[in-house]
Amino acid sequence: MNFKTVAKACVVSLLVSGPTWALAQNQINMAKGVTEVGAQIYGLHMLIFWICAVIGVAVFAVMFYSIIYHRKSRGVTPAQFHDSTQVEIIWTIIPFLILIGMAVPATSTLLEVYNTDDAEIDILITGYQWKWKYEYLDEQGDNVAFFSNLATSQEEIYNTDAKGANYLLSVDEPMVIPVDTKVRFLVTANDVIHSWWVPELAVKRDAIPGFINEAWTKVPTEGVYRGQCTELCGAYHGFMPIEVHAVSREEYDAWLAAKRSEKVAQTAAAQQALGFEELMASGEAVYRAQCSACHGAQGEGGVGNAIAGSAIALGEVAKHLEVGIKGVAGTAMQAFGGQLSDVDMAAVITYQRNAFGNNTGDIVQPADVVNHKQG
Amino acid sequence: MGAHHGPAKGMSRWLLTTNHKDIGTMYLWFSFAMFILGGAFAMVIRAELFQPGMQLVEPGFFNQMTTLHGLVMVFGAIMPSFVGLANWMIPMMIGAPDMALPRMNNWSFWILPPSFLMLASTLFMEGGAPAFGWTFYAPLSTTYAPPSVTFFIFAIHILGVSSIMGSINIIATVMNMRAPGMSYMKMPLFVWTWLITAFLLVAVMPVLAGAVTMMLMDIHFGTSFFSAAGGGDPVLFQHVFWFFGHPEVYIIILPAFGVVSQIIPAFSRKPLFGYASMVYATASIALLSFIVWAHHMYTVGMPVAGELFFMYATMLIAVPTGVKVFNWITTMWRGALSFETPMLFCLGFLVLFTLGGFTGLMLSIAPAVAGAVFSMTAAVYYWIPKWTGRMYSESMGRIHFWVSFIGFNIAFFPQHFVGLAGMPRRIPDYSLQFADFNMMSSIGAFIYGASQLLFLYNVIVTIVAGEKVGEDKIWDGAEGLEWTVPCPAPYHTFEVPPKIDAVSAHA
Amino acid sequence: MFRLSQHPTIDTASKLVAVSIAMFAFVFVVMVPLYNVLCDALGINGKTSDEAYIAISTEVDVSRAITVQFVTSNNNEMPWGFKPSVTMMTVNPGAANDTVFLAANGTNKAMVAQAIPSISPSRAAEYFHKTECFCFNQQPLDANSSTQMPLQFIVDQALPRDIKTITLSYTLFDVTGMVADKKVAAR
Repeated sequence: MNFKTVAKACVVSLLVSGPTWALAQNQINMAKGVTEVGAQIYGLHMLIFWICAVIGVAVFAVMFYSIIYHRKSRGVTPAQFHDSTQVEIIWTIIPFLILIGMAVPATSTLLEVYNTDDAEIDILITGYQWKWKYEYLDEQGDNVAFFSNLATSQEEIYNTDAKGANYLLSVDEPMVIPVDTKVRFLVTANDVIHSWWVPELAVKRDAIPGFINEAWTKVPTEGVYRGQCTELCGAYHGFMPIEVHAVSREEYDAWLAAKRSEKVAQTAAAQQALGFEELMASGEAVYRAQCSACHGAQGEGGVGNAIAGSAIALGEVAKHLEVGIKGVAGTAMQAFGGQLSDVDMAAVITYQRNAFGNNTGDIVQPADVVNHKQG
Repeated sequence: MGAHHGPAKGMSRWLLTTNHKDIGTMYLWFSFAMFILGGAFAMVIRAELFQPGMQLVEPGFFNQMTTLHGLVMVFGAIMPSFVGLANWMIPMMIGAPDMALPRMNNWSFWILPPSFLMLASTLFMEGGAPAFGWTFYAPLSTTYAPPSVTFFIFAIHILGVSSIMGSINIIATVMNMRAPGMSYMKMPLFVWTWLITAFLLVAVMPVLAGAVTMMLMDIHFGTSFFSAAGGGDPVLFQHVFWFFGHPEVYIIILPAFGVVSQIIPAFSRKPLFGYASMVYATASIALLSFIVWAHHMYTVGMPVAGELFFMYATMLIAVPTGVKVFNWITTMWRGALSFETPMLFCLGFLVLFTLGGFTGLMLSIAPAVAGAVFSMTAAVYYWIPKWTGRMYSESMGRIHFWVSFIGFNIAFFPQHFVGLAGMPRRIPDYSLQFADFNMMSSIGAFIYGASQLLFLYNVIVTIVAGEKVGEDKIWDGAEGLEWTVPCPAPYHTFEVPPKIDAVSAHA
Repeated sequence: MFRLSQHPTIDTASKLVAVSIAMFAFVFVVMVPLYNVLCDALGINGKTSDEAYIAISTEVDVSRAITVQFVTSNNNEMPWGFKPSVTMMTVNPGAANDTVFLAANGTNKAMVAQAIPSISPSRAAEYFHKTECFCFNQQPLDANSSTQMPLQFIVDQALPRDIKTITLSYTLFDVTGMVADKKVAAR
């Protein structure tokens, strides 16, 4: 037992144990997913994998045999052959036939993925920098639409709070769909190219501004399925996850009805006058979800300007509303007028004007927001 | 032409040289510097990805790092390194005194440093460096781009011109300046692969120039190539870019194939198996590379007929590529193998390229870049005695290989797993189930990065203090005209064309 | 092949320079028009024609009912109200149909918009004929005003039998800036 042997043993065991432990804990293969199409794709993936594995083992076996037995240090005399048309033909034709064998199931699976006929529900998915909007298309035109934002807090991301389960994969408003129902997705984008990907549903479709792409799913099992944007779309590309809840038909109908009354309630709430504490409380929640990523958890700024002590937050309310509602062209400050309800907009403006030491004492009511929008 | 003297003295030697060896040396050192720079960007990326959460940089800056890492590595490190190798080796391998257009050769090199200086300087511009990925899809790279995008476009134009000029030089040299008796089918395979690569470059670099010109016009001149508002289409950008981009990855890998086809026979002490078939396979790969581009666009919403076509064409490329791998392995079979550092790196290339090829078949993504770096490293160890007249330290070379190979695999193998498990690309932070493999990957990357510093050390020590070599032919199994001239190679070689007999020439 | 020079090297080099220039031109002169032609002709990417369709056959196929669905989006949160007056229509191939879309400019600035259509499934695009569409032209609207924008269309009788639903989506873009730039340039 000398040092060299011990050292070698340590290195080998480190190299093996680290990965082994990691492999035991972590997923190394594609998820089979819950849908029938997903299972087909998984099966195709495994077929190709095993074919490649067999070929790979054979190829490396020949290579390592040579490395061990055809060494100069064994005193061998090298052969001098360097041509064989027959062999070249064989190892051209055989791979070609294997590829045809792979292409057949690949083709039928692809055709299945493309078949969006006979869907019961249509959902318009729009990618925004950096969130998703879901709009359930209704025959009467009474669409339910809402935004789906990252729900993970800035504190978790910047390591002041412990990271929760589903870190970076949870949203405030998930997409809800009923099980055993073919759902058609119409995918587009508001600004740059995004891509909507939920691995367990085996759906991935690019969101192109100005164009509509189609995808579909039919989920047999209730559950929560998570995904992420998968086309680089700017700074917060990694922070716009997707959450799909597949629920029973009854639950789905109830949820949709609740969303409809929410819409009605929001319009009603916009008429009321709200109290300061109420506005500050909901304003803080809106700020954390919508503003803090760019403007800082304490209003200190970052990608966006600071809110604490800013001219806009301390100046005229009208100007502040204008920026919040219309955004600032040519910058990353979006027009939130179309994204937040009038109640939420009033709350977050009130919050910004009174938090972070701003203390203007201003109260902005939903009616003020409505009036401002009307010009 | 007047009498030849030795090289000029001082700075003006390098600025004004038209000598293919000097220019090759400059390309190689420049590309090494870019490799370190691009590697530094990668270290920032892997450091941020070491753990979940944002620790070191902001997401916007992270995207600048990923973008610049890609651009610098592809256009600044790997491509110029193989051009440098071409400059050094092609004239010697075909028995020519220099490249066909020596002054254009000087220009091809010297426009590169200013171009990359400009690209690197975008880090300090208002709005930051380009952050839209090295594939710069519109409209993220047009309507939503920072002001530095114009400098990015300018830099791409310049380095495109450099590549085109270099390729024209290579084609003109190979077609017109082979020594008498060196027919095309007697040329070393490295020359063949570069000839084919040069044609690819001449065909597709202008397409890249077209793509960035269309971007420039959309950004500054009110056109709407890529904007739906004006009747354009963001997907058009992807088609134009990948029409360049796919042949580009073959441009990267074909010279690497050529290097491996020189080195494996040398250390097997056996001729390359199936020379003619290797030439045809390389040509088929090059031709097929023009019809597979949309396999980079499978989720863009193409009609299913288009997807099927591109899938079939992509699978087809596996055939000639497989032929090449089989030929290399058959070259080794029943040879008398020895495992000096160049051979180690070539075997590393074979393993990585074969594995990459399989995953490519599973994903239809080209396995190019990983193998190319190993091939280039093999080339440096193989030919450095010819360039410098000194031998590298075999034990240091072996250490470099093993640390490099192990580090590389620890860095990249886990990425297969997290990708299959659902982790997207180009994100600065990830959910918790990807943490272990990301940490492993980052450690591997740091090891691999450190090993490149060892490479630098090995090269410098060799040049400065390496054991001087006596013979012309260092490796007893090596073939080729470059091994008939002294080590270091004289400043001017083959001013008189050599005699090519039936037996000599290609490996 | 003709020589561009006596000197063989210069000859090769000159020809290759010509090839590079030709490939650059290829992008603009071939790739872009070819892409547009293929998209229009095959309806790839869901693009429909931007010219009014002149109807040839008016035979109505009453054996088939096609659902046509209308979807609207505002690009980059452009501030107009924009919705279809009806979200769904059931039509027969060959029949002439019409509907209106509602647009409202609630800001206090005159603006100009451009609607860009996209059809799903994309292979239906070549069978969806618009005889009149507000998407053929830019739409100016004064401050605080609204309008009704017409769409008249015919679904071709040759629509593949397996397509039963066609979704027509319009994305509304704010082109006020583009129009202003052109006006400045034209002066």
